[in-house]
Amino acid sequence: MDKALIPEGLKRCPLPVFGIWALILLAIIGWGVGAGAMVLLKALNVTGLNDYFGFGAYITVDLAIIALGAGAFFSGFLYYGLSRFFPALKELYKIINLAVIIGFVCYTGAIVILLLEIGQPVRGWFPYWHANVHSMLTEVIFCITCYAIVLLIEYVPIILENRKLQEHKAVRVFGHSLHDCMAIFALTGTFLSFFHQGSLGGVAGVLFARPFAFRGGFFIWPWTFFLFILSAIASGPAFTALVCRAIEKVSRKKLVDYSVYELIGKIVAGLLSFYIVLKIIDTLYWAFVQSPEFGFTLGDFYHGSAYGIWLLITEIIICGVIPAAVLLTPKGRKNSFLLFLMFFLDIVGVSLNRYVMTVQAIAAPVMPFDKWEVYMPTVYEVAPSLAMLAYCVLIISLSYRYLPLFPREKELNAVYK
Amino acid sequence: MSDTGHSEGKLRYGMVIDLDKCTGCMACSVACQAENNISFRADESNKLRSITWMEIYHLNNGKGYPDYQFAYLPRPCMHCDAPHHSPCTFVCPVNATTRDERNGLVTHIYPRCIGCRYCMVACPYHARDFNWWDPAWPKPMESMLSPEVSPRMRGVVEKCTFCSHRMMKARSKAYLDKADLEAVEYTPACAEACPTKAITFGNIRDANSEVGKLIKDPRAFRILAKLHTEPKVYYLSGHEWVRKQADNVVKG
Repeated sequence: MDKALIPEGLKRCPLPVFGIWALILLAIIGWGVGAGAMVLLKALNVTGLNDYFGFGAYITVDLAIIALGAGAFFSGFLYYGLSRFFPALKELYKIINLAVIIGFVCYTGAIVILLLEIGQPVRGWFPYWHANVHSMLTEVIFCITCYAIVLLIEYVPIILENRKLQEHKAVRVFGHSLHDCMAIFALTGTFLSFFHQGSLGGVAGVLFARPFAFRGGFFIWPWTFFLFILSAIASGPAFTALVCRAIEKVSRKKLVDYSVYELIGKIVAGLLSFYIVLKIIDTLYWAFVQSPEFGFTLGDFYHGSAYGIWLLITEIIICGVIPAAVLLTPKGRKNSFLLFLMFFLDIVGVSLNRYVMTVQAIAAPVMPFDKWEVYMPTVYEVAPSLAMLAYCVLIISLSYRYLPLFPREKELNAVYK
Repeated sequence: MSDTGHSEGKLRYGMVIDLDKCTGCMACSVACQAENNISFRADESNKLRSITWMEIYHLNNGKGYPDYQFAYLPRPCMHCDAPHHSPCTFVCPVNATTRDERNGLVTHIYPRCIGCRYCMVACPYHARDFNWWDPAWPKPMESMLSPEVSPRMRGVVEKCTFCSHRMMKARSKAYLDKADLEAVEYTPACAEACPTKAITFGNIRDANSEVGKLIKDPRAFRILAKLHTEPKVYYLSGHEWVRKQADNVVKG
């Protein structure tokens, strides 16, 4: 049965090997589900959160994973929206299926973590009913739900391409019909995710009484709104490429042409450079103009080793300026090691940014007679977060094994036949 | 009308706390706890998980003996009056925390709160507490809970309401007496309990009221005034070092 499900002409590892891999992932998921159940049962007092740290690991992981999942909407936008005008972008069809699946798992995983995050999970539907139109979190919740549904719709035709399912004519026709209208969903997803990424930035930027996070902006949107969108689209495709490379390494197969990675490298280089320039301007204005107006110096925002200035240097210089500079050069993109290392740094940078804008933003004392507190997540935050990552890996593994994700796989690996 | 188009009345409840009179006796904090059915734990040593609507800060001038000086600073919710919303109200995704634009009270609707804690993050005064556990009181105390204030369940945020239930009671009485509802006066539990009369409460828009006069006192200041949250809690102190500590702009 297993062999009958594997796409025709493609080779996959023996079922027992895959079974062990799946079991390991299921064990991690089980651990996380157990920890999550304890959170629901015993309440958030089992976490490391407190009245000082209202936001912690959950929100950081959510923000980071959603930024990395941006590869789905942005690749979709480039492929379905812009490739008509820029034919070079048509190359992205070789990786678009994977991008969609990564987006799907990132978003659905984030929703589950969000449910643990709130103190009253049973009231999780309240934001739809009692929506406060002024709140950035409302926009986040609406967009994340809608986009998860769009991603599910985008994922369905990929599932329907399974060899066994294709034997049924009705499924085949339905799948192809969905494929035909996928551009509409991709562009709807682009719109939703654009606002969603921005609103996540807005969540921090509108905190006008928290000088670390607060930013001015355009109309109702703080600058972080735009910076979050830019950083997400500059790191999402890099994450997709890195996952693809990881699958190649694990499966010991070529899945996409190196030219696709180079193309992504070029796209990431442009966006990351644009983002990092704006981020530096934003940081300089925040540090030397806005914060002094509120009575703070840059030194007031950084403290000890947990919240040291190294965070700012790592985020902007090591994980921003350096990857942007290397990826801008054709030589840097040609060198496979450098290319993927820069993709990795890009991903670390955006994750660090999400941590800084949530945890560090509230760790910095605002009242003069307050003191720094240190936040440490407990196993009840770590386990569900790891379980979410394991869930992502499991779905990607299953999809890779049983669905024709990579249209060029057969040709690229013909030599192994 | 406010900047956001809300209709505002001539009423704005506010509080003035005279730090020169405050002895740090905690009577306000205890009265608040009893009046508002604030739950507590057997071990209250972890202050980052305890619920305290009226927190008392201990300030000092940073000097050694014999120049050492100290002061106590009681901190209720500031009921911020920034024209474009309080820091906490506009971030709440479910409209659970709102400002009554007729009187300026910032309150919290507990049955609507989903416990996302965004309001806690938005508040620079740490005036909001989360119910990390199911509320509990020792057995004899359960019978002494006030029927006028709903106890809060676990997983929701709570904070000082300026004893809004007392305001509701006073309004009901004024309505029955056919009195002007905009002129309703009441006293929160903390102000009533303060033995040194350090806490004064009333309509800050009424220049003739006691608070209206006190906020014009040269000793008056507000915490973090530079952030433009426009707190409706004013403090009085004759000590320059206390006033400086209240705002980051000038280091104390």
